[in-house]
Amino acid sequence: MKPKEKNNKKLKVKSRTDNLSVIRDFISSNALEAGLSEKTVDNIMLAVDEACTNIIKHAYRSFPEGEIEIKIEFDNKKFTIIIVDYGQTFDPTIVPKPDLKKYYHEHKVGGLGMYLMRTLMDDVEYKTVAGKYNQVLLSKNISSS
Amino acid sequence: MAEFNTSILDKGNVSVINLKGYLDAHTAPTLENNFTQLIGNNRFNIVVNFNELAYISSAGLGVFMAYIEKIRENSGDIKLSNMSEKVYNIFDLLGFPLLYEIYKTEDEAVNKFTR
Repeated sequence: MKPKEKNNKKLKVKSRTDNLSVIRDFISSNALEAGLSEKTVDNIMLAVDEACTNIIKHAYRSFPEGEIEIKIEFDNKKFTIIIVDYGQTFDPTIVPKPDLKKYYHEHKVGGLGMYLMRTLMDDVEYKTVAGKYNQVLLSKNISSS
Repeated sequence: MAEFNTSILDKGNVSVINLKGYLDAHTAPTLENNFTQLIGNNRFNIVVNFNELAYISSAGLGVFMAYIEKIRENSGDIKLSNMSEKVYNIFDLLGFPLLYEIYKTEDEAVNKFTR
């Protein structure tokens, strides 16, 4: 890859869980092309899956016809994924911290996806333009190794 | 579309669920049905073999959390085996090894029930 060259890729899918595999394939093929290690590619793929699962379940409340737009930008320093939806606004600050004891008694997990995103990526930023769209930006620094 | 399927094999009083493919928010209901079915048949000693599982997201992890309390209340357990390093790392990151016994082989996990 030539230095300083900025690459752009886009994918638009409906808010259905069967599109999660389409999204993962889109992320992994582009992350491999960017020269990321297999392990890093796996981590980014999982983080994006979690972000999109949250959009499908929470922003669109499982309504299958919502739009999810995913844009990848990368150069030799950073791999960034920007995900836009037009569903309910999501406040990341109200997401609970992972608590296994609580999950055990409540029989469900809440906030695990967010925790994974923050753990697996270098940067996670939420932005909402009220009444218009929600955006989550995930990025991973590309080390020289 | 991501492929995911399961098969259940009874080994004495232990039921083994074999996972294959990609376990995400789309495919998690398949595994939920397996647990519902086993619980309905009073099969509470369960081993889940991860040997052919390529991928898991938090939606997949949530399935294990959904049934564990009920199963343990009935003197059973969900024990896990044959996890790849990649899948184990996700479990580990979330502290799941504190809550579930994880074994290298299916036989080891099955034998823990029969002792």
